[in-house]
Amino acid sequence: MSADVLICGAGRTPFGRMEASGRQLAVGAVTTALADAGIEWSRVGAAFGGSDSAGLADTLVVQLGLTGLPFVNVKNGCATGGSALVSAVNAVRSGMADVVLAVGFDKHPRGAFDPRPEDWGLGAEYGSDGLMVTTQFFGMKIQRYMYDHGITPQTLALVAEKAYRNGGLTPEAWRRKPVSAEEILDSGMVSDPLTRFMFCSPGAGAAALVLCSPDVARTLDGPSVTLRSAAVRTRRFGSFEVFSPWIPGGELTSVSRDASAAAFEEAGLGPGDVDVCQLQDTESGAEIMHMAECGFCENGEQERLIASGATEIGGSLPVNTDGGCIANGEPIGASGLRQVYEVVQQLRGRAGERQVQGEPRVGFTHVYGAPGVSACTVLSR
Amino acid sequence: MAGALIRMTTDPRSPATALQGSRCSGCSVSVYPADDACPRCGGPADPAALSGAGTLWTWTVQRYAPKSPPYQAPPSGFVPFAVGYVELPDGVRVAAVLDVDDVEEVRIGMPLTVTAGEGVPRARPTTGHKGSS
Repeated sequence: MSADVLICGAGRTPFGRMEASGRQLAVGAVTTALADAGIEWSRVGAAFGGSDSAGLADTLVVQLGLTGLPFVNVKNGCATGGSALVSAVNAVRSGMADVVLAVGFDKHPRGAFDPRPEDWGLGAEYGSDGLMVTTQFFGMKIQRYMYDHGITPQTLALVAEKAYRNGGLTPEAWRRKPVSAEEILDSGMVSDPLTRFMFCSPGAGAAALVLCSPDVARTLDGPSVTLRSAAVRTRRFGSFEVFSPWIPGGELTSVSRDASAAAFEEAGLGPGDVDVCQLQDTESGAEIMHMAECGFCENGEQERLIASGATEIGGSLPVNTDGGCIANGEPIGASGLRQVYEVVQQLRGRAGERQVQGEPRVGFTHVYGAPGVSACTVLSR
Repeated sequence: MAGALIRMTTDPRSPATALQGSRCSGCSVSVYPADDACPRCGGPADPAALSGAGTLWTWTVQRYAPKSPPYQAPPSGFVPFAVGYVELPDGVRVAAVLDVDDVEEVRIGMPLTVTAGEGVPRARPTTGHKGSS
């Protein structure tokens, strides 16, 4: 059993489209997290952070203070925040420092991401013929899942409807206006079976966490949350990922299944112990599939669970209580730490209008992204 | 794309060109396009022609024009097109543009034949094999 690591401070900025640069947002999130912890920047002994396309995290010291601390840049796609967090955990556990910062931020242009085929080891024809489009992958993965496990378009719509409703309860969310399931289904097909309002949009935002040792936590006034585990995995053979010219036959493997199992094992807890969770919802289908891949239900059970309200804030397994990526948008480097921020607030009882009742004790976060990476955490009060 | 592929003529009903993939003798994994190494075990893989006749495993429709570049719309302008993965007997699912008359008719399980040519693989409904899967 590894030594405990605590989260003593958490901060996030509003997410969306704004004037501020990604770096400015990052400074804002770090300052908020430090104030939340009641810790001065000069006390931070190591830092890890990054963005996908908004600059280098280690340059933030110009604004935060040139204290001479080691600051490691992380660039790990959708797992940037999760990888920064794992590094921060290990820094505390190893004794490198007893107060450590993890920060993630980003700012993306409007519209779908437009990756270059050569960066993915693919021929130029995959771009010129129109196959380098991320939304195609999301559509095709949930299309097959719906066929295999009896999930209906109505369930896709209910997931997005919940996201916008929860976004309305989250002051920092981007999409805060309720949208009905009917409007979501009628919002225009993007990549069958997914409509426009079922997708998140690339945006801007930042989130930061201050981690510390138990000794430091005892000197602080505020409530800390225990980070029971943090695990990052890359895909194994047999998974279905974006921009794949081919995939192997047979049953699919899942990097989310691998990362969540590793996180639960390290924590000594299981999905049944979780009171509130955050699951990657790049689009509605992702949240549905990740419920099963992370062990919260069997394949196909989502159809009944979601219709019955199980994943609502008042349900038996609240999922994406802050509206997730669908309501907050997707600043790639920030999303993973936004999820942890939200669970920390829920476990401290500080989630305001969206607070899960009954004093939740255990939380779980999960990010997933290209080219087949996943990061999961288990937290407890 | 790897391999010297024969250029497809402009006639969509021209004879199929085999898919030039590769196969690992150790773990029988077939891949497309061909690769020198097996992605499962890392061992050497040999060139192998894949059978193009299979069934549709999953699909979607590209409803809006992708960002350009890299996308190059046809001279007549963008029209929505179907894409999918076709499951082949070699145990591989290959991504292809689906050349179908009506994107609303695309269904999982429909028999398709994949051919290589200029550009990405393309799949057309298999003719003369009605009822096969």
